[in-house]
Amino acid sequence: MDSATYPFIFALDALTGALFLLTAIGVVGTRQVLASLQLFIAQSMLLTLSAVLLGIALGSVHLFAVAAITIATKTLLIPWLLRRTVSSEVYRTREIERVLNIPSSLLVAAALVVLAYVVANPLLRAVTMPFAAINLPLGLAAMFLGVFTVAVRREAVPQLLGLLAIENGVFFAGVAIVPSLPVIAELAAAVDVPVITLVVGLLTRQIHKRLGTTAVGQLAALREH
Amino acid sequence: MELAAILIIPAIASGLSLSPLGRRFAAPITLGASAIVLVVEVAVAEEAAQTGRVEAFGQGLTCDGLGALILLLVSLVGFTAALFSWGYIRHRAEHGGGRREQHYYGLYNLFVLTMLATPVLANVALMWIAVELTTLLSAFLVGFEDTPEALEAAWKYVVLTTLGAVLALLGFLILYWGSRVAGYEPFTWVGLVEAAPKMPPALLWPAFLLVLVGFGTKVGLVPMHTWLPDAHSQAPAPICALLSGVETTTVLYVILRLFPVIRVAPGLDARPWFIGFGLVSVGIAALLLIYVSDFKRLFAFSTVEHMGIILVAAGLGGAEAHLGAAYQITGHAIAKSFCFFAAGIAVIAAGTQEIAAVRGLVRSSALGTAALVAGGIAIAGAPPFAIFVSEFLILKAGIASGHYVIVGLLGVFVVIAFCAVMLHINRMAFGVPGRDTRFTAGPFPFGTPDGPTLALPSLPGTRAAPLSCKLTLALAAIPLIVIGIYVPAPLQHLLTAAARAMGG
Repeated sequence: MDSATYPFIFALDALTGALFLLTAIGVVGTRQVLASLQLFIAQSMLLTLSAVLLGIALGSVHLFAVAAITIATKTLLIPWLLRRTVSSEVYRTREIERVLNIPSSLLVAAALVVLAYVVANPLLRAVTMPFAAINLPLGLAAMFLGVFTVAVRREAVPQLLGLLAIENGVFFAGVAIVPSLPVIAELAAAVDVPVITLVVGLLTRQIHKRLGTTAVGQLAALREH
Repeated sequence: MELAAILIIPAIASGLSLSPLGRRFAAPITLGASAIVLVVEVAVAEEAAQTGRVEAFGQGLTCDGLGALILLLVSLVGFTAALFSWGYIRHRAEHGGGRREQHYYGLYNLFVLTMLATPVLANVALMWIAVELTTLLSAFLVGFEDTPEALEAAWKYVVLTTLGAVLALLGFLILYWGSRVAGYEPFTWVGLVEAAPKMPPALLWPAFLLVLVGFGTKVGLVPMHTWLPDAHSQAPAPICALLSGVETTTVLYVILRLFPVIRVAPGLDARPWFIGFGLVSVGIAALLLIYVSDFKRLFAFSTVEHMGIILVAAGLGGAEAHLGAAYQITGHAIAKSFCFFAAGIAVIAAGTQEIAAVRGLVRSSALGTAALVAGGIAIAGAPPFAIFVSEFLILKAGIASGHYVIVGLLGVFVVIAFCAVMLHINRMAFGVPGRDTRFTAGPFPFGTPDGPTLALPSLPGTRAAPLSCKLTLALAAIPLIVIGIYVPAPLQHLLTAAARAMGG
């Protein structure tokens, strides 16, 4: 299971990883909620593709299960849940309020990608795993970018999509470093992610109903006076 | 089999609460279920204290001394909070009708279930899911009051703790990676302790830090604590008792579990990180305690302080300090849940959470005032309450092992926190009504800026506390008073077993 045995799959996974990173950066840079949702769906499809590629290369049935669950929950169930709970938030065309402007955001994003490679380096030197060399730093980068998205977005749905992007990043790294962990990958993906979406979606709707806004970043009634 | 029963009973209770039967009987069903769980759990705790480990389903469910202690505290507070909910939620949910109450109890049972599952599930991956679900299931309980403040608190709670949990997930994936590299298969705490000496430190170390920071967010360690005072002050009182009293320690339990894993790994030392995070949390919480103007926030910051103390104690190491930590976990759960029950009664009586308004509360609810003051003294760490004893044990253990600087800092912070809490208690008990307006300046839904005491008779929601709330307070007062003076032998055994499990 190294790059010499599967040069074609290895190259495809590298391409998938590059596109995966692009979607993560796209979520940081995009102006509209619907666009970030579409980028998230694209990102989930790339995660699925990577899981399938690694499943073929490593001969792991579990990764095919992860792929099936990812495609079912993240590209079908989550958009459906969002439409059911907060459709007006997602499907109304308008710009997202943000703390930082787009050029500065992209600069920070570039720095975060470099940071991901710096952080992943010692781990990859300790253990040689060819696919981990692609997936771990890129997964970490997507994770950092997701944290950054949650931090700079002021609105509820973009914050939720940031959270889900972090989860995608963790799984992108996860399929390479622990290809044989059945319980966590399958159950977490199958149960946890839709529950997060449902809870956050319903909460968003409730906030919208009570406060007439979903700019959660501006909620600041609670602090020491 | 008892371990399975502990998990099955709340699940059934949740189903019944949501069924048509629950329309009238959700509260008694929940109370009955939590009483059964408590009785079963006492049996489990006794067995765990004697034999060191209880197992069921071919080691799928397992529980040692530390796990049994957490279980005991969760089921105890789960029971008292269910009793308190009976009258309190009926009082608060009046306008929403029976459906809201049913949802409350359905989620309540599931929330307790996930907290009970955390120390019981042997597989670390499943345990992570249980911890993550504690957040998601309690989100609507935090926002139950449906005020803008409660929804804001629920939002911060969900987003920040889920963020932390996902970081911790990566930590656990790397841990599993490490144990596979070391050639070990079962992903359990016991398996990790066996695998740790052979794991590459380059994997074990980032995994430890990710879990510490990720789950530290949910424990409320500074600087990831920002959501905690909001959620713990806006949730309904019985939920606050669960969140503050036991949810924090249930997640802290997971972090403490890593201590024996890192201890056996060559070249790694978890202690400076435990002590560092712990001291910063205690110090910052002590300073923030001075500035609070809301008594539920006072209790919330005190929780941050207590979590820091427990982490420092765990980091100091040694049987004595670990016994102190186990004792502090126990004392905290009992005292903090009592405080929030008292706060609930005060909120019903006065319709405000403001410290400055409490002295006027004496007129409408002498019981609420007395309980607030007693609870405040207990969490401040004054004798004869348990937290005084545990803090004393921890400081003594630190001096005995020669950690003078750490003990000195911890001592100073604890004294500052003590003074801050007592200052507010003093203001509640002996303040001159209407004089001190400095602490009443904030915008508050029910208070008026210049003297809420004067407006008390006409405040909305002013009412005597329901019987079940008073009963809870009386019940919760028993362990609060007893445990500081006298620790029964079985509990002593359990605490010793917990301390042993903490050291590995």
